Amino acid sequence: MLTVSGLKRLHICVSFDLRGGECVALQGPSGVGKTLLLRSIADLDPNEGAVKLDGKLRESMPAPAWRKQVTYLAAEPGWWSDTVREHFTAWDDALPLVKRLRLPEDCASWPIQRLSTGERQRLALVRGLVLQSRVLLLDEPTSALDAASAAAVESLIADRVKQGASVIWSTHDDAQARRVGSRILRMSTGGRIEEELT
Amino acid sequence: MTYIPLAYGDLILPALLVVMDGVLSLVLHLKLERQLAVATVRMVVQLVLVGYVLTFLFAAVSPLWTALAAFVMVLFASREIVARQKRRLPGIWSYGLGASCTLLAAGSVTMFALLTELRPDPWYHPRYALPLLGMILGNTMTGISLGLDVLITGLVRERSAIEACLALGGTRYQAVLPVVRDALRSGFTPIMNSMAAIGLVSLPGMMTGQILAGVAPVDAAKYQLLIMFLIAGGTGLGTLAAVLGGARLLTDQRHRLRLDRVSSGG
Repeated sequence: MLTVSGLKRLHICVSFDLRGGECVALQGPSGVGKTLLLRSIADLDPNEGAVKLDGKLRESMPAPAWRKQVTYLAAEPGWWSDTVREHFTAWDDALPLVKRLRLPEDCASWPIQRLSTGERQRLALVRGLVLQSRVLLLDEPTSALDAASAAAVESLIADRVKQGASVIWSTHDDAQARRVGSRILRMSTGGRIEEELT
Repeated sequence: MTYIPLAYGDLILPALLVVMDGVLSLVLHLKLERQLAVATVRMVVQLVLVGYVLTFLFAAVSPLWTALAAFVMVLFASREIVARQKRRLPGIWSYGLGASCTLLAAGSVTMFALLTELRPDPWYHPRYALPLLGMILGNTMTGISLGLDVLITGLVRERSAIEACLALGGTRYQAVLPVVRDALRSGFTPIMNSMAAIGLVSLPGMMTGQILAGVAPVDAAKYQLLIMFLIAGGTGLGTLAAVLGGARLLTDQRHRLRLDRVSSGG
């Protein structure tokens, strides 16, 4: 479904395929360029190479349309308004996901300041998931979560994968990588990736 | 109209006040005396020079010389805008954006006043065109430099919020809108504050000048109102153009935030 060929950004140079309904784990030491790679696929930084979704080049569509289908979710999400609800076009659509990720149901009216780091991370995930993107680029989506919340996130993403979404999941947790990924892409300091089967 | 003309000799006594400032700086070890001396000399030279330049221009009443003088004024204004930025726009744009926006805003508002209300003969008469342009330029410049400074600082500070919006499929216009609003608000604030305080706290320089020159206070007030309206319009236009232009330069066609284009100034 997602084809990345000859993607170049700074020292990174990678090619790989991602099938529909597949979740691959992205691993590698800190600072090796995992975030850069995910941001480049989402076209958030200038980069070279051909990235296609179902054979369609990303340059063939406006960047916002591409990012609604190939959505990058940052490890430390940003917030552009004061309250939670202002970050959602339809809060009702988000509510089932809010419940499932064990977030307080009445948090819509909360100021962002009131949320803990873990709550913000899960809420940012909800904010991205309501777009129903075809490809999710998750940058350490459970780094600030306790075990129970992390499990809730893993099961929610697994459901999305069953429904046909493709996911690249960057993680430092080897056990999590094996749990969520059907393959592991291991990034080395040279900016290349090697594939490992789990 | 009657006014009391000054000879150069009449300035010696008042100038002693600046010398007093210098002595204070020396006695209190403020280390300002060098700076004070340079500023004073600059002021004297610049003002006397501009007096002679204007005398020449008023005698010539040439569209070419007037345009050249206006151009030099815009150049100095854009230099001042750049000097006031903590972080700068890329390459030629660091000067270009400020210069083109001040020129656009101050120029069009000055023309508007000359052609509709003041109507001097000829319309480009430097006695009207240059002082008007100067006053509008100074205020427009303040609006533009404040607006740009808040814009660039805001884009850097709000980077994660802007990129979150972009990553979720927002356009660059949606993503930078909160920062653009802040920048416009900052650019407009000084002129609104001075409009509110004018006459109560401060008597504007031009009105004071006209009163000293013997113009009836109510007539001077009318002139000042005209100038203030022009300044408000010029600041609005210039700040809007500069902030929108800056926001466009720091994003790209693929709706990315391009902070790599910002360089930090001195």
